[in-house]
Amino acid sequence: MADQKSDNGGKGAPVPPGGKGPGVFAKWLKEQIQNLKGRVKEEGESLKRPEKTQLFKSMFRVKHDDSDRSRALGVLSNVFFHLHPAKINRDAVRYRFTWGMGGITFYLFLVLTLTGVLLMYYYHPTKGQAYQDIIYLMSDVPFGKLLRNMHRWAAHLMVITVWLHMFRVFLTGSYKKPREFNWCVGVVLLVLTLLLSFTGYLLPDDQLGFWAVTVGTTMAQNTPLLGSLGPLGRQLHITPYNDVRFALLGGSIVDANALLRAYIWHCIAIPIIASVFMGVHFWRVRKDGGISGPAPVMLASDMDKPVPPYNPPKM
Amino acid sequence: MDWHQLWEIVSTPDNVPIVALLFLVPFFAWLAWQQARANDQLIAQLEADPKLAKTAHRKAFPWKPGWPKEIQTWPYLMRVEFLAAIIVTVILIVWSITLNAPLEEPANPNLTMNPAKAPWYFLGLQEMLVYFDPWMAGVVFPTLIIVGLMAIPYIDTNPLGAGYYTINQRKHAIGAFCFGFFVLWITMIFIGTFIRGPSWMWFWPGQTWDPTRQIYETNRDLPDIFGITSMNGKMIFGAFAMALYFAVAGAFIHWLMTRTEFNRKIQKRMSLIQYLTVQFFLTTMLLLPIKFIIRRPPFRIKYIWITPWFNI
Repeated sequence: MADQKSDNGGKGAPVPPGGKGPGVFAKWLKEQIQNLKGRVKEEGESLKRPEKTQLFKSMFRVKHDDSDRSRALGVLSNVFFHLHPAKINRDAVRYRFTWGMGGITFYLFLVLTLTGVLLMYYYHPTKGQAYQDIIYLMSDVPFGKLLRNMHRWAAHLMVITVWLHMFRVFLTGSYKKPREFNWCVGVVLLVLTLLLSFTGYLLPDDQLGFWAVTVGTTMAQNTPLLGSLGPLGRQLHITPYNDVRFALLGGSIVDANALLRAYIWHCIAIPIIASVFMGVHFWRVRKDGGISGPAPVMLASDMDKPVPPYNPPKM
Repeated sequence: MDWHQLWEIVSTPDNVPIVALLFLVPFFAWLAWQQARANDQLIAQLEADPKLAKTAHRKAFPWKPGWPKEIQTWPYLMRVEFLAAIIVTVILIVWSITLNAPLEEPANPNLTMNPAKAPWYFLGLQEMLVYFDPWMAGVVFPTLIIVGLMAIPYIDTNPLGAGYYTINQRKHAIGAFCFGFFVLWITMIFIGTFIRGPSWMWFWPGQTWDPTRQIYETNRDLPDIFGITSMNGKMIFGAFAMALYFAVAGAFIHWLMTRTEFNRKIQKRMSLIQYLTVQFFLTTMLLLPIKFIIRRPPFRIKYIWITPWFNI
């Protein structure tokens, strides 16, 4: 057995054949340990370059060196990163210009999705139970209070970042040709962000949400033509039982059905719709030639001359 | 001066975003203004020297010959994004540890909150309820805001200022947007949060929110001031008053649009439908501050136009 082992694994001097006794065995063991140490050291060294391992190569498929080609491939061949082009306008990374608000908004959406899904584990959208769930979440669930706070504040922050993003896009004239349509997609996303936040307001089923939603849906009751209190509603036989408020609440008062509807809009319907619009929004940013600037300034004197587009679509 | 009352409003956790906005919006406006000023100086310099305009880099950002115009996304952009994500996460965690999301008593239809306020971002719309009927403030205006925002790229015929900050080249567009964003939107939210107390009454900052406060205010309609009492008379008078308003406001906007040589050039690029759309949105936007002023003391005028179906 000892001979067999030494033949297979021993790289140094083999065990002399025919040797027997405890001295020979100890020598053999020592050599084996030496060999093992050598191999551990060798493989340990190779782990210092994880990008050379089969595991790494199977995942990333791209060389991990400092060449521009590898950097470009690192972005383009990654499912998450390939939203970006490989190269961008050198000034477009300047925070002073972009304010980073679009990206932060998307990041907040991801934070909200994650915290939202975790909150869903502790929440029943039923009258009576909903409020108790929030109390339980805040008092008994580990990190439950932090989770709820993060969801609430991220939602508020997202509203702010959307507005600031829009403000920047307007001030840099980034809605101008060829980005007109993407501005419109952005406006839809603004509305969806506000609706997402508003539908979440009712879910704790407390006084704050109840009265905010009562105020909100009473406004809907005044919709012209479609609301029971709105202009020309009465003439079209619109009543509190078939108007737009009824459709929003699933009833004529803010009650169990309204809670369920708000829950489904908040957790499923609007996030899906918003995700679709976000996909279009990001895709159009790329297709319309990347972010708009900082572009070279145009002069009023060359306004009437045909000007070559600054960032021609090339993806 | 009731400092405690003021502190109570400012420190309400749900009002933190509005307090933050009061700092963030001026900060970013300043950041934009600074860059616009640098670009405007560059533009003036290049306009004065056509030779330089042909060879200049045309950016206020520094650039040296030989620098590549494009850089690798990895790492130059992605490290910025990663850093931003970390900073936002830290802010959120600190914010979430220090302030708790509000939770009131369980919903109770028999106990009305006073004041019953919408979420902060809709307080502008709720404040508009004071000046317009719910179908206008709650439905028509929000729809107009959305449609108007979407219309911007299609009615702005000024090709200048795409992709860089500038004020001089886009005075009107920026003026109109800032008027809408700062005056109509942020200020209304500010009033809705800080000024409106119980029963949606006007409390100056520092005044105690007294739920038992009574105000004797006689609301009048515009026709009442002229002694018109019959419904038909009010209807016809109101229609004339509105028509007069739109004529005057439209003339004012037309004057703005054709004031300088450059403005006239931009206006000539507009089709009739673009011109009328601009007129419609701007005159409607101006209606809000006008109704705001005439609704406040000493005028206290509620409606301009009264009909059996709707009031404006």
